[in-house]
Amino acid sequence: MSMFEKNKMKGADFHRREFLKKGAALASVTLASGVTLMALSQGAAASANPNIRWGLLIDANKCPSDCNACISACSNEHGWEDTGLDTDPQWIRKVTLKNKNTGRETSLPLMCQHCEKPPCVDVCPTGASFKRADGIVLVDRHICIGCRYCMMACPFKARSFVHEKIEGQKTSSPRGKGTVEGCNMCVHKLDAGEGTTACTQACETSGNGAMIFGDLNDANSEISLALANYPSVELRDDLRLNLGVRYKNI
Amino acid sequence: MRALFLAFFIIFPLSFIGSLAQENSVNSLFPNVAKAIGNPHPEGSEYWRINHPDLLRHDRDKVVRDGERKIDASIKQCVTCHAVFGDDEKPVKADSEQFFCATCHEFAAVKIDCFSCHTSDPDVNFLEEALAQYNPNSGISDKQIEMMRAYLLKEKK
Repeated sequence: MSMFEKNKMKGADFHRREFLKKGAALASVTLASGVTLMALSQGAAASANPNIRWGLLIDANKCPSDCNACISACSNEHGWEDTGLDTDPQWIRKVTLKNKNTGRETSLPLMCQHCEKPPCVDVCPTGASFKRADGIVLVDRHICIGCRYCMMACPFKARSFVHEKIEGQKTSSPRGKGTVEGCNMCVHKLDAGEGTTACTQACETSGNGAMIFGDLNDANSEISLALANYPSVELRDDLRLNLGVRYKNI
Repeated sequence: MRALFLAFFIIFPLSFIGSLAQENSVNSLFPNVAKAIGNPHPEGSEYWRINHPDLLRHDRDKVVRDGERKIDASIKQCVTCHAVFGDDEKPVKADSEQFFCATCHEFAAVKIDCFSCHTSDPDVNFLEEALAQYNPNSGISDKQIEMMRAYLLKEKK
């Protein structure tokens, strides 16, 4: 089908629908500009809000090596399963660090660090890897071709490739063979206004309370206050990626 | 040329599927498209038959890119209102020929890959809403409604 015919097939109806939508928006602005402009901007706040930057602070001292609450919560929420095969996806994993001199071991959960300047977005040839207005780094699996450049580029090995056909996905977390996936900061929960993630909730429920989730741009949020008052680090700060996930006591 | 072929052999017959399949469901050459619960599309089914790819494509970008989830065309809602229950009293999966999308897509030999990522199971919240507004004259069989209610009870636990 030629381009011309394709456009023709979309037809007047499609444009009528667009026109009705845009027309309605335009009308509401012009009828009562002051009021509706405010209403529209509030509507935008329900979705990805550019004034927010979601972040996570993890206190490694409060994270016991035998606790997997965050991992099983993530697995339940998004429907991925790590059966031990090398090719199984891991949206979040526990990592143990050992200081060779002192022998001190630190356990911490590691997932997508939601960089301000994500290398995975830089290398993506299709634009599938992208950063949302509120700082969440995602894969648009509609246009992901499964090339795995992003997996190579990620300094944290935070992304997984789906090798096998998947059935029984969660409605809120579509995922499928041939695409790359990773932590999405429970974007469906945030868009629904829950303001937290499955891992953070599970960590609270377990009683460890090692994770604080919140808006890094809000100076009065719990996470911003904790970052302002106590020392914390970014992993691989030499890369200057300005991560959304920060750690304490490692 | 391909467009002409499409228009005459696919779009044109598809546009009559609704009426023909209803009157002549056993012997019709056209696919027997299952009835849906929930409110009919305000734009009309005819409009949706032709434009559903564009509508879905437009709204998916709004959801994924902008996080705007209050949209008109959500695949979650499609599979819920158009759910078909099989003999095993479970919703049929996307790989079944009875699945709503499959009835026409098999007929037209157009492959879709939506359901390699998205689940084809109805969403519990939307199903509850649709069943609450269900119009008994919509032509959907009582047995289907019964199975939907049973499914809802089971899934809500």
